Amino acid sequence: MSLSIPDRDWYKAPVGAEKLWIGLALIWCLVMSVMMPYWHFRGKQNSRGEAYAVTPAAFYERAEQFVAANKVGERDGVPIVEPAPGGEAYLVARMWGWYPILKLRQGETYRVHVSSMDLNHGFSLQPLNMNFQVLPGYDHVLTLTPTSKGEFTIVCNEFCGIGHDRMIGKLLVE
Amino acid sequence: MTTLAAAVPTALDAPGARSRRCDTTGLSVCLTAQLFIKLAAVSAVVFLLLGGVAAILLALTRWQAVHLLRVDWFYRILTFHGLNMLIFWILFFEVAILYFACTVPLNSRLFSRKVAWVSFAMMLTGAVMVNVVVLAGKADVLMTSYLPLLAHPGFYLGIILVAVGTLVAVFNFFATLHIAKRDRAYEGTVPLVTFGALAAAIIAVVTLLHGAIVMIPTFTFSMGWTAEPDPMWYRMIWWGLGHQSQQVNVCAMVAVWYLVGQLATGAKPVNETVCRGAFLLYILFINLASAHHLLVDPAVGATWKIWNTSYAMYLAVLASMIHGFTVPASVEMAMRDKGYVKGLFGWVTALPWRNPAFSAVVLSILIFGFIGGITGVTLGTQQINIIAHNTLRITGHFHATVVGGTTLAFMGLAYYVIPLIFRRDFVWRTAARVQPWLFGGGILMVSLGMSFAGSLGVPRRSYDIEPAGVFGPAAHLFLGVMGLGALVAVAALLLFCILCVGTLLFGRPNSGRAMADWGVAQRVPGVKAGLFEHDHWAMKGTIALTAVFLACFAVYYFANWKALADVWPAQ
Ligand SMILES: [Cu+2]
Repeated sequence: MSLSIPDRDWYKAPVGAEKLWIGLALIWCLVMSVMMPYWHFRGKQNSRGEAYAVTPAAFYERAEQFVAANKVGERDGVPIVEPAPGGEAYLVARMWGWYPILKLRQGETYRVHVSSMDLNHGFSLQPLNMNFQVLPGYDHVLTLTPTSKGEFTIVCNEFCGIGHDRMIGKLLVE
Repeated sequence: MTTLAAAVPTALDAPGARSRRCDTTGLSVCLTAQLFIKLAAVSAVVFLLLGGVAAILLALTRWQAVHLLRVDWFYRILTFHGLNMLIFWILFFEVAILYFACTVPLNSRLFSRKVAWVSFAMMLTGAVMVNVVVLAGKADVLMTSYLPLLAHPGFYLGIILVAVGTLVAVFNFFATLHIAKRDRAYEGTVPLVTFGALAAAIIAVVTLLHGAIVMIPTFTFSMGWTAEPDPMWYRMIWWGLGHQSQQVNVCAMVAVWYLVGQLATGAKPVNETVCRGAFLLYILFINLASAHHLLVDPAVGATWKIWNTSYAMYLAVLASMIHGFTVPASVEMAMRDKGYVKGLFGWVTALPWRNPAFSAVVLSILIFGFIGGITGVTLGTQQINIIAHNTLRITGHFHATVVGGTTLAFMGLAYYVIPLIFRRDFVWRTAARVQPWLFGGGILMVSLGMSFAGSLGVPRRSYDIEPAGVFGPAAHLFLGVMGLGALVAVAALLLFCILCVGTLLFGRPNSGRAMADWGVAQRVPGVKAGLFEHDHWAMKGTIALTAVFLACFAVYYFANWKALADVWPAQ
């Protein structure tokens, strides 16, 4: 009984169906354990967490240089910036917006540096539904390869104050 | 033996012990423990009620068609809801369980009345302080309160008080175990329920220490005394608190499963070693599982993520899968022993379904296992997290574990706690029999609505999804399902509170006689006990059920890998 003192000889190895279930459960857990390293080498979606320490001011300066050098247009006062294929891109998160609008090419790989000027933010690319955490003080490098064309929306999905739900950005892929 | 110990007898059957004999179970109950079980349980239900009122406001806001609250009040109430539900309701109830588990089954008195008062005063002061600061609008920081988002110092101080107060209660629990053993209040090994509570208490210590490590520097920073803690460091240590506190709940919940299983059907563990071993796995391996909150964070490498989520998490998952077998297996064996032997599921219809504690526990096992467990393990997979992090899928998962699992199990236990500890029979028993089904059904809708909306990308912790303009009618529909489910679940929660309060005020006292029975499984007349004692394959229904469970698990898990493969390559 679970509420009373067990018999003196309560120590017994599992037998029968119980033993079978423990074995099956263990095998299943091992399968799940193996899936992650497997995907790390064979899969294409892996969050490596590559990041560098950076002050918000220094990050912003680099983002400004990047915008000045690669600006191709403007929408509602936000610059549209096209990085070189295979190159670096910068994305600034701050209350409550994303800066600038990135214009990428399908099939090319980019190193997108994301950092926050103030609080934690969430980089959530919709409607693809890819999500990453953005922190102040950390230059989080996302190595992305767009495989679909169109206009994508970056939604902030980490609470960052009253205007959080209006923190919307755009990402274009041609 | 010291004279002090002699003056206050430890064993409750010793002459002069401050105890009473329970008229239902015949067990001795320490009067001091009883007082603090009452205080903790009543406070817990009050916090549950507060959290429930908040829940309805939130659900009616996220249900876009209603969109009730103003934006600032939405985040304020969201902060309030998380803290009252996940921290205060559950911690207070767990203290009640701890005090019960170290006294009643061990025939022991509580170690110290003074320590219990200190603990209770700290916890209550802290919880009230946090709620006042939050409602005053000085801490709109959500439950996680990620730095550098800063709240009023009173917020952090309140949480520290709750954490330390709980630690003091856990100390009282350990000290009681010690004196009970030393003074031979019982002989042999502690019962399984106490062992489960012990596992929960050990994890709680580790958890609460994380809480102290993260909250104390945050408090001193908010006072302007020290520099700002690093935001990534904060996240990592915070989740050492945040995730593990949920593992304390899992332990306590599983202990309740075994306890109610026994009370309602006479089930006993098929194998004590296996059950205890599974609790041991929780203690050893659950700690690092909190890494799965940081799977798409910067600065934590892939190796660290994979290692911590694979080796540690899956050994803890193994433990849950073992309990998921042993609890129903022990119930099925008890039923077969009573003579319900027809087919795979012949015993199921004979279960005491009119017993609300029992139906609550069955629903708790099903919702926790099939929805909470499967989704949790999948979401906690390093790469799959990319398509789930901070979406409503996460919220959908933990409403299945903590609300459908833990809260429902605790509600079920209350149907025994109140008659046995407060010594009053429940009023309005028909409503009580319906309550777990309503609550379970409602929370299932909440959880599924959230999970599906989250699969479509709808963020958690967000006031409004309209500005983004990318969430179509399906997302709105699922948020509506969530809202409706919340209405049902909160109605059942209010019913639970009304039943508890009504019973405390108007319930017929049951001292001097056994409590009014909720229903237990009866033996088929003429059937001899012990027919299946040595048949280790007799739990056929459970074997079938767990096979279905494993199949669902595998399908859901690999479907998520498939969905992940469809998004952009990312590193
Ligand atoms: Cu934001």
